[in-house]
Amino acid sequence: MSTSTAETNGLFDVRVLRQDGPRQPSYWQSFRVSHEPDMNVISVLQRVAARATTKDGKPAAPVAWDCNCLEEVCGACTMVINGRVRQACSALVDRLLDDRPGEIELRPMTKFPIVRDLMVDRARMFRALSRVKAWVEVDGYNAMGPGPRVSRANQEAAYPLSQCMSCGCCLEACPQFTKIEVTPLAGESEEELVQRQESAYDRGFMGPHAISQAMLFNAHPTGSMTAADRLNALTDEGGIQICGNAQNCVSVCPKEIPLTTSIAQAGRATTLHTIQKWLGS
Amino acid sequence: MSSESRVMVVGGGLAGLAATMKLAELGVHVDLMSLTPVKRSHSVCAQGGINSVNDQTRQLGDSEWKHFDDTVYGGDFLQHQPPVKEMSDWAPKIIELMDRLGVTFNRTPEGFLDRRRFGGTLYKRTAFAGATTGQQLLYALDEQVRRWESTGLVRKFEFWDFLGPVLDDNGECWGCVAQDLRTMEIRSFPSDAMVVATGGCGLIYGRSTMSMACSGSAASRCFQAGVDYGNGEFIQVHPTAIPGADKLRLMSESARGEGGRVWVPRKPHDARDPLRIPEDERYFFLEERYPTYGNLVPRDIATREIFNVCVHEGLSVEADRQCVYLDLTHISRGELDRKLGGILEIYEKFQGVDPRDVPMKIFPAVHYSMGGLWADYERTADGGLVPGSPRNQRTNVPGIYAIGECDYQYHGANRLGANSLLSCIFSGLFVAPCLVNLLKQSDRGSAAEKPSSLFDEVRATHQNRHDALLRQTTGDENPYLIHQQLGDIMTKAATVVRHNDKLAEAYATVCDLQERAGRCAISDTGSWTNQNVVFTKALVDMFPIARSILKGARQRDECRGAHFKPDFTMPGVDAEDPVEKLRQAEAWCDRFEAKNDKWLKSSVVSLDDDGEPSIRYEDVDTSLIRPRPRLYGLVGAEIIDEVWKTRAGAASERAPGSGDQSSSVSPASTS
Repeated sequence: MSTSTAETNGLFDVRVLRQDGPRQPSYWQSFRVSHEPDMNVISVLQRVAARATTKDGKPAAPVAWDCNCLEEVCGACTMVINGRVRQACSALVDRLLDDRPGEIELRPMTKFPIVRDLMVDRARMFRALSRVKAWVEVDGYNAMGPGPRVSRANQEAAYPLSQCMSCGCCLEACPQFTKIEVTPLAGESEEELVQRQESAYDRGFMGPHAISQAMLFNAHPTGSMTAADRLNALTDEGGIQICGNAQNCVSVCPKEIPLTTSIAQAGRATTLHTIQKWLGS
Repeated sequence: MSSESRVMVVGGGLAGLAATMKLAELGVHVDLMSLTPVKRSHSVCAQGGINSVNDQTRQLGDSEWKHFDDTVYGGDFLQHQPPVKEMSDWAPKIIELMDRLGVTFNRTPEGFLDRRRFGGTLYKRTAFAGATTGQQLLYALDEQVRRWESTGLVRKFEFWDFLGPVLDDNGECWGCVAQDLRTMEIRSFPSDAMVVATGGCGLIYGRSTMSMACSGSAASRCFQAGVDYGNGEFIQVHPTAIPGADKLRLMSESARGEGGRVWVPRKPHDARDPLRIPEDERYFFLEERYPTYGNLVPRDIATREIFNVCVHEGLSVEADRQCVYLDLTHISRGELDRKLGGILEIYEKFQGVDPRDVPMKIFPAVHYSMGGLWADYERTADGGLVPGSPRNQRTNVPGIYAIGECDYQYHGANRLGANSLLSCIFSGLFVAPCLVNLLKQSDRGSAAEKPSSLFDEVRATHQNRHDALLRQTTGDENPYLIHQQLGDIMTKAATVVRHNDKLAEAYATVCDLQERAGRCAISDTGSWTNQNVVFTKALVDMFPIARSILKGARQRDECRGAHFKPDFTMPGVDAEDPVEKLRQAEAWCDRFEAKNDKWLKSSVVSLDDDGEPSIRYEDVDTSLIRPRPRLYGLVGAEIIDEVWKTRAGAASERAPGSGDQSSSVSPASTS
């Protein structure tokens, strides 16, 4: 860590792939930042915003990015940092500079429509959670006594899956998940656009995160009562059959969720479900 | 209530989501607005757990009443008691509901909910899901709201910035105006009532344990529109956080709940590997000074002790940086992973050290706003709340309700750990039938009947403010640097230890900064996803609350909970001679009573026309549990306690039926 260029000259560069708005051309811009102890990519972007000047001293609008918790539990600040998709908050500057002295490269994720600069639109992820009905169908919210007893083993299997923060890393890494960007048509209302977008999303691959959430709720004692609905969703267009088993998802998940285990389980469950449907039982 | 009745919920953390799902269940259309996708709200950062009396603690003598008592005692009696009693009564049912919704709570070997101990209580009341309980609870509510969204009853407006309420000539609220953070479009949202659930205001302190959305701007915009702000000076500084350049990351109280020990080397800045420092050369200052509660004293006390040991006693672990050890290394890795995995990973990721092997280095950080928008309630004869009363959680502005961290109601002068998740979900669920009854009032009218000019005018005001800012490219001030300065001033003057001269000085500087913030140069004049201008607006709106915090703190000449002024402490009893000892204890109790007569009051702030916070003081309903001294660790606590109990006994004889701390009155069972 002590050998990094940053500590010798106290400065390093940040190269950002920028885009002013949806479907606009992208361009690179570099900024120069002074090194401070304990920096992460968020604090770098904060310094860039405060200075609003490029490396060459030209005025530049602050880079737009998405963040909230800064401790890797909200899932907001996903971007591609030195070629790897990850959370910006937990990307520590000293380590990045060790790997690539003198410069950090930031790009937005490529699988989602760009809003601006490093900010992307991940509505499709939340839409996928609706597709697989990722919730427990309780009767209502009145006091009905305690929930079902759950063994420690089941809780310990469910807990890792329930940590999914919809960050999008798994989708960025997945070769089968391709970008869907719906372009507004002339004279189209906002509602019509959203509707067209949702139906496009619903035909696209739902992705490993949604498959894993389906398995989480199918394993819950109450959730399992509507397991068939989730299995139907998994076998619909854009469902589990699209998965090519590249296993990239599990290797980039910041929460180390066993996504491929979920996918394998979902594969078995949907096969059985389909056979049972054929047999009419 | 018409089938078209609509409620705007601003904020999609635990409180906002709980209100939304309950309103939807009751058949009300809800518009849910948030700066971020609701799943990314700050509630995800809550780690340790959620409190309620439970079957285990009940066997040991615990009850809803004792949970209520711990909460008001821990809060130094500054909260109205009926809402707190109602919350404690609901707590077990809320945890059962969250369990039914699929929250992955930790389990006992038999499959029951596991519980741990938290600060300010001697019972294991806290249910938890690893060390990411807030995240797990939030996700369960997020899922239910998504379920309602798929039926069309809930519409989400994510990436929208609330700019202000729409008030008619009678001062009643009929919706709000907000801005799309992507397109920058400014729009009005008519609604028949509005619930503000936008959390705390930690960003006023620069770096805190709070998320970047917690600027307090939405609460401030309501405050500036006429909603009163209560107890702003009560800001919780969490004892244990990980210092960082961009944020002070929380290290949950659950680390101590699971046996973590706080210590410093007895030799200042001892450079040895902490594991090689023998036990008798370690100063376990919390355990030594507070033998009953040990490392689990209430937060305000733990924070002051850690601050004190570093700043005044010079025993910080490092010479050039303030910190103490929080040590888990005596606990097995398996148990740590099962119960605290999430927070240990945070430490490991951000510090590059495994806290299972090496004691963590931590220091206090701004964490929670006990104060917030003033909210009303309607009490029953037995001291609870009237279910469904439209007065519950209502601010002084008709049609605006406040819930969750952004209301001032539940935590008094100091919040107990694992009570915030409870107060958020409770106030969210509880407010829903109250709103339904409001909407049913036939003489009230509806947003749909209001003239469109009402909404257009407010929208135009916000549009003009935005457009004027965009033209402000030549100012001489930088919003990010002003924010940094504001944070530094607030952190120095209004956190752990407060002095009147410093507070007065800080107030003047903050007023000056506020004026400078009006001259910020906007470096991005774009009309698309302009974060620069949005941040500048949030910054400008931090000042009314910052000034209220400082002024409230300046005026409150006492120590209460998180508000600590060394010039107004009440030293304990140090006499040896029994007669003198008794006399001192009597004098102490006299002083305590006089102090309560003067200061057992909530500050309630409104803004004058020139932006000056104007403070009045509101009596606190302490009719259920008589306020008593918090004697944690005080010299001579036993004799003071004895004298106090004698007085309390005499007082309750004079006024039969009024409760005291040893009251055996049991809470009415709730429906």
